[in-house]
Amino acid sequence: MRQVLNTLAPLILLGFLLAIWEVTCRTLNVPAYFLPPPSEVALAVAQDAPSLIAAAWNTLSVALLALLLASLCAQAVAIVIALSPLLERAVRPLASVLQVTPVVAIAPLVLIWAGIDHPERAVIALAVLVAFFPIFSGAVTGLHAADPDLERLFDLYQASRIQRVLRLQLPSAVPFLLEGHKVGAGLAIIGAVVAEFAAGSGGIRGLAWRILDAGNKLQTARMLAALVVLGVMGVVLHAVLNRIEQFGLRWWRGR
Amino acid sequence: MASIVALEQVEVDYPGRGRALGPFSFSVAPGEIVALVGPSGSGKSTALRLLAGLEDPTRGDLERNLGRGETSVVFQAPTLAPWLSAQANVALPLELSGIPKAEALAQAGAALDRVGLSSAWAARPAQLSGGMAMRVSLARALATGPKLLLLDEPFAALDEITRRTLADDVLALWSQSRPAIVFVTHSVEEAAYMAARVVVLTKGPGRVAGEIAIPGDLPRPRAFRATPGFRQAAEDISACLAQGAEAVS
Repeated sequence: MRQVLNTLAPLILLGFLLAIWEVTCRTLNVPAYFLPPPSEVALAVAQDAPSLIAAAWNTLSVALLALLLASLCAQAVAIVIALSPLLERAVRPLASVLQVTPVVAIAPLVLIWAGIDHPERAVIALAVLVAFFPIFSGAVTGLHAADPDLERLFDLYQASRIQRVLRLQLPSAVPFLLEGHKVGAGLAIIGAVVAEFAAGSGGIRGLAWRILDAGNKLQTARMLAALVVLGVMGVVLHAVLNRIEQFGLRWWRGR
Repeated sequence: MASIVALEQVEVDYPGRGRALGPFSFSVAPGEIVALVGPSGSGKSTALRLLAGLEDPTRGDLERNLGRGETSVVFQAPTLAPWLSAQANVALPLELSGIPKAEALAQAGAALDRVGLSSAWAARPAQLSGGMAMRVSLARALATGPKLLLLDEPFAALDEITRRTLADDVLALWSQSRPAIVFVTHSVEEAAYMAARVVVLTKGPGRVAGEIAIPGDLPRPRAFRATPGFRQAAEDISACLAQGAEAVS
């Protein structure tokens, strides 16, 4: 019973908030361009479903490609600096600069570098930049998180640096890598959407473009419909990555 | 008999913590079993790390007549890699020593058989009881055929029955290949039962408070615990421990 209530609680709250929203819009005659009632947003989702799904796929595919590239780059850099403490000290400040720089601020520059005719490259690059840090940070932390007694065991058997990284540090980093990828995936979507905004109306017709396009035409219900799809996509991706993390941790722990 | 490892007037200082051990002299002959007993903070584990070659003394001489892979350590916790099976854990030091994987796994299987874990090759550490995990750790330490086996309070986290069973297992395994064993323990009875020689350390920084030879050949029968010789040895160790504590305080 408690489990059912736990599952239903967020749905009940959502339904309650939607009902208040619907009633408020209708009783106060709120103009549709300002705030359409949820029923109109639902209608817009239903009417635009094919194009919304296509736009969602555009954004999602960019985010997933960015996640893959960020994962490869972050792990490669983390492993290289794990082999050299001096290199780690050199790379850390640069990685921190990358972390604190807002993607919107560097988007125009990346758009120029990627070529005005190839906004999709810029969008992917920006999403990679956003997703890179949590994976890199998780990898670096994880590579230093090996059991000290296991470290001593590797010392005792005079393991080489490569053996230590591949046989001890990387496997020890798995829980940190899983967490880093989960955070990185969410940020990759945010990065892709922000980059689409920065790229404007050219090239990538993802969910951000749908929001911009509908906003320019004052079609607020369609804007909200794209936001709903974005939210659902985020929740589904988060749930999928949660499952992957749980499965990965169960494999790693052996139970 | 020439010692396989010897510490001569060694001292170990840690920055910010002062001296942890010494001056301390100690040597181990091939095939002997020695227990290091002392109060907490007496530097027993530091001494073990010196013997393992994992640490250098701040002052004094350390002589190790041992090659790569000829020293094994069993830590207080089983220290198994959770992502590897029991067999792969045991095979790990063999693989690190350059033995091909297939051969290492075969030797690891045989080592697990010797510690009575024939049916647990594929089990992960999380699926093993505390006693079984410690047996895997023992199998890993013995798989490389060490000349010196160092045990750092290996049974401290186990219940009394498992401790006694594992003590007998260690002695049985010792009688097969006769490596020198140095083990650290807080248990006076464990020291008196398992060792031929017990070295008692003073309160930290540890120095030798006394050395007690235990009568009777190794491995000893379980009934040894009920003999007057055992009781006398345990009393001597306890008295030496008390003297060591008083000498410093």
